[in-house]
Amino acid sequence: MAQVKTSTEVALNRLAIVAVLVITLIFLAPIYWIASTAFKPRNLATTIPPTVLFQPEVSSFVKLFAKRSQLRTQPTPEEYEAAPWWERIVMNGGEKVVRDGKGQVQMSAYPDRFMNSLIVAVTSTVLAVGMGTFTAYGFSRFKIKGEADLLFFILSTRMLPPVVVAIPMFLMYRVVGLNDTHWGLIILYTAFNLSFSVWLMKGFIDEIPKEYEEAALVDGYTRMQAFFKVVLPEAATGIAATAVFCFITAWNEYAFALIMTNRRAQTAPPFIPSQVGSGLPDWTVIAAGTFLFLLPVAIFTFLLRNHLLRGMSFGAIRK
Amino acid sequence: MAHIQLQNITKSFGNHFALKGLNLEIEDGEFFVLLGETGAGKTTTLRLIAGLEKPSEGQIFIDGTDVGDWGAAERDVALVLQQYSLYPRYTVRENLEFPLKSKIRRVPDAEIKERVTRVARTLRIEHLLERKTDRLSGGEMQRVSIGRAIVRKPRVFLMDEPLSALDAKLREALRTELKNLQMGLGATFLFVTHDQIEAMSMGDKIGVLNHGNLVQTGTPYEIYNNPLNTFVARAVGSPPMNLLEGRLVSGRAVIAPASFELPYNGAARPSGADGRPLVFGIRPEDIVLEAGAPVEAKVHDVENHGVEKIVTLRVGDHLLHATAPARIELAMEQDVRFGWNPGKVALFDQASGVSLRHAG
Repeated sequence: MAQVKTSTEVALNRLAIVAVLVITLIFLAPIYWIASTAFKPRNLATTIPPTVLFQPEVSSFVKLFAKRSQLRTQPTPEEYEAAPWWERIVMNGGEKVVRDGKGQVQMSAYPDRFMNSLIVAVTSTVLAVGMGTFTAYGFSRFKIKGEADLLFFILSTRMLPPVVVAIPMFLMYRVVGLNDTHWGLIILYTAFNLSFSVWLMKGFIDEIPKEYEEAALVDGYTRMQAFFKVVLPEAATGIAATAVFCFITAWNEYAFALIMTNRRAQTAPPFIPSQVGSGLPDWTVIAAGTFLFLLPVAIFTFLLRNHLLRGMSFGAIRK
Repeated sequence: MAHIQLQNITKSFGNHFALKGLNLEIEDGEFFVLLGETGAGKTTTLRLIAGLEKPSEGQIFIDGTDVGDWGAAERDVALVLQQYSLYPRYTVRENLEFPLKSKIRRVPDAEIKERVTRVARTLRIEHLLERKTDRLSGGEMQRVSIGRAIVRKPRVFLMDEPLSALDAKLREALRTELKNLQMGLGATFLFVTHDQIEAMSMGDKIGVLNHGNLVQTGTPYEIYNNPLNTFVARAVGSPPMNLLEGRLVSGRAVIAPASFELPYNGAARPSGADGRPLVFGIRPEDIVLEAGAPVEAKVHDVENHGVEKIVTLRVGDHLLHATAPARIELAMEQDVRFGWNPGKVALFDQASGVSLRHAG
């Protein structure tokens, strides 16, 4: 018989939908604020009350990518006419685009910092998830002496607040020359994410019946081949979930990046706020930088969303 | 196809002994069934032969070669499990191809295709070949699973309760199918089960395991008619053998706690049986219900099985199983008289439980 919903149930259901909508709006508000500020003209960025309706423009993005300096003298009308559209935007703000001796336009530091973030986050995620998966497999499938203690030890590496180890790490890195290098940050983030990755992956691999691999072993495959052919496809969901978490942690990391890097390997998180301090802050440019910075995580998470939803239930295998 | 021998195998997990000094021989082309309860060591035996576990002591020979150092891949055995035996992300065809695509075998593609087709035809799963395994029913899954074993032509087939997860009808059908398949292939099968009907109906030979000890091996006929001890007598047969404690007094079996007597003057009566505490074993089908029989009982329960009835008799507060032809009318609490077929009575020593016939 079909279930008939009572009027109270309908009312409760509607109430729940309203609650979800309100919560969603609260969570989306900061993102809307960043995105809208990125497209606002500078004079509307800091108005009180905030401007909601405005003509969106991309001037903040032009300023974000171009290296700029203050104009000493106003450009002549001819100069203004000869300049391309994006250069005029900069001139309107009382600044000029910096060119090198050959007249080539100079880029700001932002693309480099952004690339640094990508390199460090992607590499450390691949390393942490890869090593974590192998380690978790070992813990899951073999009898290991003191398994519980070892796993606890692995977890304990996460127990100190990062700030506590930051100074010693900085001193050690200075000695071995890893300060302000990509590898320095990659090693740090990998180590940081590894314990998390091992624990999460162990949960996922424990869920995969060992009968699958044993069947493959009996069918004439080595353990390594069985791992890649049978276990890994089954663990894909868990790997995706773990990868998203590791990537987000590495991508958003601020404290270590601030202390360990200053130029060559600096990532975007410490770079973006550093722009606030130079002269009168241009909030639209900072918002543009932040907005672009949000995108990779959003895209990555969106691409893996199906895996994530299944992965979050922590019981991916149909029994 | 191969001859398998386990010699003095002991396997312990920590303090727990899964197998104790197991000796077992499986002839080439034999359908050998290991029968035992959960935890008796059946699966451990199978995994030892497959090379998924190493014995703590003892040796395993396949065709006379000690395979102690061989990995699972080298032993060339096939394993069919109760569940989880198919690779979930693959189609049926990919599952069947999987063992042939192993690097140690190097089967040419054309032959892989041909073998898969042949196996699919044998098991009547041709229409399922392109289907993903999570869209199969339980019976289809086990068919594919068996298919993945036979596609390889392994030396031995190891089957760990492959039919237990299926419903009764299907189990019966696959039982026959599997037995026919084994005879068709002439292959060596080691089949593990807790189901004595499977053991009796399929096995050329049965080995009864109890707590890591192999209690008795023999043909189903031997196991059924001449159980080595009361454990085997209880394990095989449904309903199981009636076991009655008593003594033998001058040609009569005096059943002690139940206090009734039956004539026992079997020619094969072992010497020295008189007077000592015994257990009389009698199969339900060897208990005869008739008007002039020596013992009076009440009908406690009747199960109608179609071809026959299984009657539970009550003497005092003692229960006995007997079979009766389906056409006989029996009412609950009805008074009946029964006797037994003395030639079919098995005698066991009450203290050790060992059959007097086996003790010699």
